[in-house]
Amino acid sequence: MTADVLSLTINGQRREVVDALPGESLLFVLRERLDLAGSKNACEEGECGSCTVRVDDELVCSCLVLAAAADGCSVTTVEGLADASEGSRLADVQQAFLDAGAVQCGFCTPGLLMAVDALLEDEDDPDDLMVREAVSGNLCRCTGYGRILEAINLAAASRRAAGEQGVTP
Amino acid sequence: MTIATSIDDACAAMKAKPDALVLAGGTDLMVEVNRGIRPINDVVAVGRIPEMRGWSREGARGEVLRIGAGTTCADLTEPTIASLVPALAQAARTVGSPQIRNSATLGGNLATASPAGDTLPVLAALEAEIELRSVEGIRRLPLDEFVVGVKDNALVPGELIVAVRVPVLDGPQEFLKVGTRNAMVIAVASLALVVDRFGKTVRVALGSVAPIPVRAIEAEVLVAERLDFDGEVPPDSDLVDQFAGLVADAARPIDDHRGTAAYRRHAVMVIAGRALRRAFPGSSKVVE
Repeated sequence: MTADVLSLTINGQRREVVDALPGESLLFVLRERLDLAGSKNACEEGECGSCTVRVDDELVCSCLVLAAAADGCSVTTVEGLADASEGSRLADVQQAFLDAGAVQCGFCTPGLLMAVDALLEDEDDPDDLMVREAVSGNLCRCTGYGRILEAINLAAASRRAAGEQGVTP
Repeated sequence: MTIATSIDDACAAMKAKPDALVLAGGTDLMVEVNRGIRPINDVVAVGRIPEMRGWSREGARGEVLRIGAGTTCADLTEPTIASLVPALAQAARTVGSPQIRNSATLGGNLATASPAGDTLPVLAALEAEIELRSVEGIRRLPLDEFVVGVKDNALVPGELIVAVRVPVLDGPQEFLKVGTRNAMVIAVASLALVVDRFGKTVRVALGSVAPIPVRAIEAEVLVAERLDFDGEVPPDSDLVDQFAGLVADAARPIDDHRGTAAYRRHAVMVIAGRALRRAFPGSSKVVE
């Protein structure tokens, strides 16, 4: 039994999915139907945060979103963080993760980038507790989080600097 | 698949498709769907019904707060509602992670009716009333008639949880939860304490230590008689210990993979005493 045509706006582009089965999660549709493999699949129960995306601006675990129920929604994935019009330029959070050496195996990175991007949208100078709270739903088994916290501070500083210069991050 | 945009829509769809799953935030349901243990044929999605999200004051003096069932845990932590029902905000704040709190709803927590549901002890302590809707009309049930067993509730087919009513009380409230870490933790034991300074009552309810949220009535009666409700004199340690002991007696915990019954009973005793001390710190420590 197939669902009706599912229509999603993914990273600003209208996409249609015709072959999704009724129980498919948004994560499955992103990865397997739309070839957007940036959002990672690990726990499938909302525990690890590696599938984190924005749905209509809300930061959520895409594994817990029923794809069919997201029909008509606007979804931002990690692929949408860097501005395509800027060529290969990375988003500030991505650059900060590279600069701070916050990426080891990289599996948790897409989810963390989404969570940090959402944090910095609300708080331009988050304190340590805010930062820890913001990434409390994203598990990393490699780094011990030290470099990740450094990267977040770096990203916040770079976004503040860009803001002062009137540059869109 | 129906994506309802009004309560009437949702009720009509649920009437037409009695076997359909009701999907709100999805944070419980999708876990089962992903694991393949919840067959999914038809769904009524209720997560995009504006009239189910948000809250309003009712009653001549706004003494009742009606909270839409689609209100998310993240919404419940917002300062305006947190000031009206602090314990509910504290409980919502301990649910999962930011991602989970953005999706998970108050109605979903009720529908799942897990013994570890974080908002349930708060709703029990507040003696919340659950508003249910179907094409037949409205039904209102007190929380203790709504949650009837482990993951079991009083919903009949075609019935949707649309709102929760709680009193706006004058007095401190506390929610405490024991788990292995701060984030992403399912309660091993939890406790809500609410004070009605005007009515001179204290109400305490426990989570994760019984099939359903339990009240600690004997402990409530004890402190109501002996507390200084003006908050100038803090409860002495003898009263705190007696209170904590009676609260622990009300627990009916079991051994499971999250903790032993003995640990849970001990944890309840500790958090009961802590909650009472926090709620009544004495005049020298009152910061408001």
